Amino acid sequence: MPANRFNGFTDYGIGVGLRIPHYQHILEKKPVVGWFEIISENYMVDGGRPLAILDQILEQYKVVQHGVSAYFGSAQPLNRDHLRRLKALVKRTKTPWLTDHLCWGSVDGTYSHDLLPMPYTFEAARLTARKVRAARDFLEVPIAVENVSSYAEFHESEMTEWEFLNEVVERADCGILLDVNNIYVSSRNHCFDPNDYLNSVPPERVAQIHIAGHSKFTKYILDTHDHPVIDPVWKLYQHAIQRVGPTATLLEWDDRIPAFGEVHAEARKAERYIAVPTLVAP
Amino acid sequence: MTLLALQRRMAADLMRPLAPGDRLDPKTKAAYLKPNDRLTSRERLEIYSKSYWYRLLDSLYEDFPGLRAVVGQRAFQRLAQAYLTDLPSQSWTLRNLGSRLEKWLRRNPAYTGDRLRPALDMIRLEWAHIEAFDEKFEKILGPEDLLELGPALRIGLQPYVRLIELRYPVDDLRVKVNAASEEHGTASNAVLKRKTGGLARRIGAMDPEHIFLAVHRHDFMVYYRRLEAEEFRLLSALRRRLPLGEAMEAALEDSPLPVDELRRRVEIWFATWAELGWLC
Repeated sequence: MPANRFNGFTDYGIGVGLRIPHYQHILEKKPVVGWFEIISENYMVDGGRPLAILDQILEQYKVVQHGVSAYFGSAQPLNRDHLRRLKALVKRTKTPWLTDHLCWGSVDGTYSHDLLPMPYTFEAARLTARKVRAARDFLEVPIAVENVSSYAEFHESEMTEWEFLNEVVERADCGILLDVNNIYVSSRNHCFDPNDYLNSVPPERVAQIHIAGHSKFTKYILDTHDHPVIDPVWKLYQHAIQRVGPTATLLEWDDRIPAFGEVHAEARKAERYIAVPTLVAP
Repeated sequence: MTLLALQRRMAADLMRPLAPGDRLDPKTKAAYLKPNDRLTSRERLEIYSKSYWYRLLDSLYEDFPGLRAVVGQRAFQRLAQAYLTDLPSQSWTLRNLGSRLEKWLRRNPAYTGDRLRPALDMIRLEWAHIEAFDEKFEKILGPEDLLELGPALRIGLQPYVRLIELRYPVDDLRVKVNAASEEHGTASNAVLKRKTGGLARRIGAMDPEHIFLAVHRHDFMVYYRRLEAEEFRLLSALRRRLPLGEAMEAALEDSPLPVDELRRRVEIWFATWAELGWLC
């Protein structure tokens, strides 16, 4: 189900995250790329090079916005300045859908600039869903929330992460940005079967998929986006595509970024799974 | 515990400065987190606390290379950690992380040793640099805007042009530091490793020099342009949106320069500003 109401009924294929080291290559060589995902906050400025580059990219490519600071899971209200700037960017990019994370990161006006894990409680699900709805109503664009990698779990939790995700998206009636690398990382850090997670995701709500690499340490795995995608994550991706159908897929590579050609080639490995998906019953 | 109470508690814990060895403060219990078979509750929180401190310290490190050169690497680390402890980020964007650094340092001068004045000047320059990079661009003043040329005309200054008065020639130092960074810059993982390095070695004593500076951008690159005192005052008056006549009077009335010389210079200044696209 590539096109649904959570991704603006679009049919996007494989995309790459737009990153500064690749600007020159993209603008000069004009590689054929399905679409670019931008980090919204990098372009929520008043002027200068970021917006000039973005405008050049928009002339030639489809762009989807991905945010890191909405903090739908923070207990306090949405930041109006953030939302106002986000809306201005939405008008500029005409993004068919918009994504941000199912996490918190600010409290009492203080910002951690991190994607902090949620306690999986009904109170948190209700509040988060309410904020997602409020943001969507203000921004007037479909929103999909992304499952994050996590390294901690709360005693307060009343359900699993995937039950919490379902609770939020049902209450908010929003889409899911399914990050299969994050599912893998969290499954290793919290000892659960990633297939249990995938099998519980409502396929009709998946607007987009993320793939990425990570770093292994002795006692945990960190979501660093600085390596190629490993085979177990590709297997999860294959499983996800089998359940969901060919879906807009984006490779994230944020640190130790190689040449654009290498990143693009890594992203295009997803074509192997998207080309001939074997649909299975949810 | 409510969601808000839990988030307040976790934020306070992870934003507490790291202990020596970049370990979680021993007083932090993190009892609200579950341990697992490999990590204690404290170790799990420590992953987030390290990530928080490395990310924010790296951001200041990248935004203030000149300040590092003025105070030295170690003093900068102490200063940055104390600043973030006193004034954690209150913006959704890391771009604004250093916006309160100058004011904070004025209240906490000990962190710069005997380098307070050049350090404050460098912070002002580096913050102006950040603003000049992505501030708004307004439509440039054109001939049609000058149809009613006269003392009542109001001319604006592009928002991205930042005007600063300095007591030390920190612009020269910042250009040198920037050139060194561009030659040796490497990417490193913000979460795994804190950025360190010897590029911004502490400079020797700097002789004072009273300078007037415009920090602006051209073709999306930030530049520093030294100004004459009268030129600076006139631009500052235009920034305040004074009518042209009042701006000229405010800027030039105390100038020791002869009137003919002032007239000649004003013509050159306006021609230069127009060429740079500063007037709007």
